[in-house]
Amino acid sequence: MTYREALREALREALRKDERVFVMGEDIGRYGGSFAVTKGLLDEFGAERIRDTPLSEVAFVGAGIGAALGGMRPVVEIMTVNFSLLALDQILNTAATFLHMSGGQFNVPLVIRLATGGGLQLAAQHSHSLEGWYAHIPGIKILAPATLEDARGMLLTALEDPDPVLIFEHEMLYNLEGELSAGAGAVEIDTAHLMRPGRDASIFTYGASLGKALEAAQRLAQEQIEVEVIDLRTLRPLDNATIFASVSRTHRAVIVDEGWRSGSISAEISARIMENVFYDLDAPVERVCSAEVPLPYAKHLETAALPQVDTIVALVKRMMQPANG
Amino acid sequence: MNATSERALAQLRCMLLIRRFEDQCAESYSAQKIRGFLHLYSGEEAVGVGVMQALTPDDNIVSTYREHGHALARGISADRIMAEMFGKQEGVSRGHGGSMHLFDAAARFYGGNAIVGAGIPVAVGFALADKLQKRSRVTCCFFGEGAVAEGAFHESMNLAALWQLPVLFICENNFFAMGTRLELSESDTDLVEKVAGYAMAAARVDGMDIEAVEAAATTAADAVRAGSGPYFLECRTYRFRAHSMYDAELYRTKAEVEEWKKRDPIPLFRQRLQERGLLTGEAFAGLERDVAAEVSHAVAFAEAGTLEPVTLLTRFVYSERPA
Repeated sequence: MTYREALREALREALRKDERVFVMGEDIGRYGGSFAVTKGLLDEFGAERIRDTPLSEVAFVGAGIGAALGGMRPVVEIMTVNFSLLALDQILNTAATFLHMSGGQFNVPLVIRLATGGGLQLAAQHSHSLEGWYAHIPGIKILAPATLEDARGMLLTALEDPDPVLIFEHEMLYNLEGELSAGAGAVEIDTAHLMRPGRDASIFTYGASLGKALEAAQRLAQEQIEVEVIDLRTLRPLDNATIFASVSRTHRAVIVDEGWRSGSISAEISARIMENVFYDLDAPVERVCSAEVPLPYAKHLETAALPQVDTIVALVKRMMQPANG
Repeated sequence: MNATSERALAQLRCMLLIRRFEDQCAESYSAQKIRGFLHLYSGEEAVGVGVMQALTPDDNIVSTYREHGHALARGISADRIMAEMFGKQEGVSRGHGGSMHLFDAAARFYGGNAIVGAGIPVAVGFALADKLQKRSRVTCCFFGEGAVAEGAFHESMNLAALWQLPVLFICENNFFAMGTRLELSESDTDLVEKVAGYAMAAARVDGMDIEAVEAAATTAADAVRAGSGPYFLECRTYRFRAHSMYDAELYRTKAEVEEWKKRDPIPLFRQRLQERGLLTGEAFAGLERDVAAEVSHAVAFAEAGTLEPVTLLTRFVYSERPA
């Protein structure tokens, strides 16, 4: 099974078990979804529940909010995170504010799925990682499934949530293959997960960078450097306890984040580590982020701009040198 | 007194209440009891009150930041609206919203939106939910003519018409988007013609004439309720006061304002009722006393209101869930 199929299975289960659930977005029906996640759902559930929308991000995201307030459980698909900016007003000024601004009267149980991230040479208007930027906003939750289990399970949990949830699916993960247990279903979205235990340093990451971090950890292990890898999973709210406990065990922290470095979720995590477990650190917190450029098209430039395994390995080795420890 | 005259007097009273309430808001603003932005509805009362006659308690209202009149006409208590503006937790939005963000679940009143045009797609979504759940509810969405310049407006008109959704779009055309005259922002100032291009029923009505507004809104709401898709109603009206309390009104002449005041919806309706023998001078004075008392009560209620404890500041950022 692939990540894509896991997402589709989750949508199918949600549509089957709750009549209030419907999906809308650009080309999700007849075309089958720009990343083919929703392929086949139109035939199974019909055009009322698998709704192709015009290219009107403001209208269909706003309509998702209204439908959620009106008792439905909409799943809105936005083709890429860059397009979500056309609907940012609705996400930030309406979905995220409604509950507080109305004095607790109106919650918005809306789920938005967005493709995010680079690696497919889609250049500067289709490749950015803005999930950390969205994680700045109080009132919404930010999920970043990196595994088949989470692709299968996070959507179901998000649909049970009374508040707006944005699910960021990295474009490089759709073809990720793996096994899912027969009983795979909803997963909790409150905690970060320890994906590999270690002793010498902790890597905190999410989304497609998880694979890179695990590969880096494997290579480092060959040099007797044991690195913990933590999949953050939920970027808002962050699971502080898991992050701090890991730092307290390994005394070194690296954050791998495909977002730009400045003002990023990696900066936030770094700050929280300083604020809370500074005296557990044996070395300064380090980060591997995307270069601060619009993502370029040419393969070698795109590769140079994104976090890579080599960079992570080199960084951790440098951190392990006595001068730094 | 028969039902017709009772209804008419109630409408007149509601318009008077809004006018008085808005005058009081201006006064309380000067006294620094109300802060932030404050947008008054004076002059536009016939639109809000007229449109509300066409709606049932089960219908949804999505409104703008100039919504005191809509809220009062919907029957939300003046006490709780005033308390909101005084920043008290007895306010309709616990003091979180202020003038621009009045919300009330019981009245199905969904704000109080202060991003121009942003309530329109939300209203479309309410209507989508109703259509999917096979309810005959109407979602009534108010916005000003300034919103017609927003992309959200055009995307939403198209989507509502494309999916044949039960939305009643009420465009309150007071001819100024803040200080920018309609002619300076629209290539075609005929908004009905513009909307007709979306294959949507559209009409125009004199927004200073409450009876005309009620009739047009009833026709429109009935059509929406019957399942014939969305309906756009342009109500031509005029704002007698400044855009907000910060507006020096450099963009229009006093003469223009005076000209429109000759068409003030309240005297216009009062005169009609008197001519029909439904209202005496004494009865009118009684209504004025009555609304003055209601507004005074609202101020006293707001003054006596309490402040939400700061310890609750972050409550309602997310829903409270049972432990």
